[in-house]
Amino acid sequence: MKKLTLGTLLYYVLVSIVLVACLFPFLYTIGSSLKRGNELFATSLWPAHPSLSNYATLFHDQPFGAYLLNSVLVSGGAVVLSLLVSVLAAYALGRVSFRGRGVLMMCILGVSMFPQVAILSGLFELVRWLGLYDRLGALVLTDLIFTLPFTIWVLVTFMRELPKELEEAALMDGVGVFTLIFRIFMPLLLPALAATSLLAFIGAWNEFLFALTFTISPEQRTVPVAMSMIAGASSFELPWGTIMAASVIVTVPLILLVLACQRQIVSGLTAGAVKG
Amino acid sequence: MSSESLSLDGRASQRPSVAVRRASPLAQQRRRQAWLLVLPAMLMLVVIAGWPLLRTVWFSLTSAQLSDLTQHPFVGLDNYIGENGVLRDGEWWHAVGNTLIFAVISVSLETVLGLGVALLLNTPSRVRSLLRAAVLVPWAIPTIVSAKIWSWMLNDQYGVINAILLHLGVIDHPLAFIADPDLAFPTIILVDVWKTTPFMALLMLAALQMVPSDCYEAARLDGVPRWRVFRHITLPLILPGVLVAMVFRMLDALRVFDLIYVMTSNSRLTKSMSIYVREQLVDFQQVGFGSASAIVLFLLISTFTIAYMVFTRRRMQGV
Repeated sequence: MKKLTLGTLLYYVLVSIVLVACLFPFLYTIGSSLKRGNELFATSLWPAHPSLSNYATLFHDQPFGAYLLNSVLVSGGAVVLSLLVSVLAAYALGRVSFRGRGVLMMCILGVSMFPQVAILSGLFELVRWLGLYDRLGALVLTDLIFTLPFTIWVLVTFMRELPKELEEAALMDGVGVFTLIFRIFMPLLLPALAATSLLAFIGAWNEFLFALTFTISPEQRTVPVAMSMIAGASSFELPWGTIMAASVIVTVPLILLVLACQRQIVSGLTAGAVKG
Repeated sequence: MSSESLSLDGRASQRPSVAVRRASPLAQQRRRQAWLLVLPAMLMLVVIAGWPLLRTVWFSLTSAQLSDLTQHPFVGLDNYIGENGVLRDGEWWHAVGNTLIFAVISVSLETVLGLGVALLLNTPSRVRSLLRAAVLVPWAIPTIVSAKIWSWMLNDQYGVINAILLHLGVIDHPLAFIADPDLAFPTIILVDVWKTTPFMALLMLAALQMVPSDCYEAARLDGVPRWRVFRHITLPLILPGVLVAMVFRMLDALRVFDLIYVMTSNSRLTKSMSIYVREQLVDFQQVGFGSASAIVLFLLISTFTIAYMVFTRRRMQGV
């Protein structure tokens, strides 16, 4: 009995360490973002007089709202495009056995693991040639490089799990393949689709390299680039309060979404990796 | 063209039983349909990944400049092995070394810590769901944001980490975590470990949950000590899953860009391969030379991937 309590004690100590390590940095960020003036330089977790002045500065000094909108448009666009194409591809790859399927799957996996910086100059030319340089469209297009293989790969594993009888019955009734995919499978796949799109959205939302390289004017900036460029009067005095406010605004929606669908996310992540 | 090769493919795969092929024109039609459904996705990947890769290879053999990509005199392998070629550039090998050190150390730490967290998550208890939710938080925070958060917490003058360490008496003067050449690299690794350990933990948790519970049951009845159960039953069973997770993380770590770019900008000390490539391409406008380094990076990572695939195939055949 004594040994059991010791084990339990150890368990709770370790759990507390993990909890603090995971949560403290973000709590401290929220605290810092609510501090005003000199209070920021005291290291207390929570300000004595919380104030929203950093948030006001953030939106007042720069078009942070526009940056947020840009990020939503780019990530949303990339996710919608990826889903449209990948649902079709995932049906074929997951449920029809045809020759060359294995090769195609390996190619898709290869693209998703590929270092994006390796094709930067080729992409630069493509983006310029399409007249998309310094436009959000360039980012939608280039983000597809990682959102598309990811959504295909994950949706294939989910497609495989759908019952065979359903498909056979539908084909028996002479239902077309689009009706089968969109009317019959789609409702069953909704939770999987939600998780997949959320993960792809997060990937595109965080994308930095392409956004930094293919846009130059402030109007086309996405949030990660804007955050990396928040600067103070001189390079030695960064406006940390404002940066922390931006961090909170960018992160809170993601955390809420992730916590709301944690079950599906965990299954989506593992479908994307372990089973591969 | 595609429909022709399709029917050929269909016939070839059906050769063992001609009767079946004749009996199911439906199956053949289904295969043709499958190719049509895959086509849009494949076309997109060819346009945004395949074609740019070929163009990058081509640029790497020219002396193209970013300002005008239409003018690009062919220079052969000069950008690779010429006098000023990338393979003779000490800076490049320095960046390669940095990236390898970063990848190996951070992935090892993430694997060990991730396994620990996964074991905690796999233990039934009242706080388990709280723990899982908490673990998802660092993972959900964008890399740029976590770089900024940690830059602030590790600030040499006002950072909370310095304050805590001073208070505990671990250090007697504040450390310049980011500016100090000896500390910059470990600091970057620390931030990466903080952000990505949860991802590793979740993947390993999935592997742990696939271990059949009767294995544990039998060991428990035989009174085998817990650490031996872990060493001889759990570990061998989850090893394939752990390896896949490690490879995924490794490939990710080898292309590290944003974390280092935001935390230490282009300081030579912490420059990674990706930062080097982008600097050549965009900041110095040297598309030819930059593309050559990009291709070397691509080949290094591909070699790693292929080596891994060969290695696992051997092992699977051996077992």
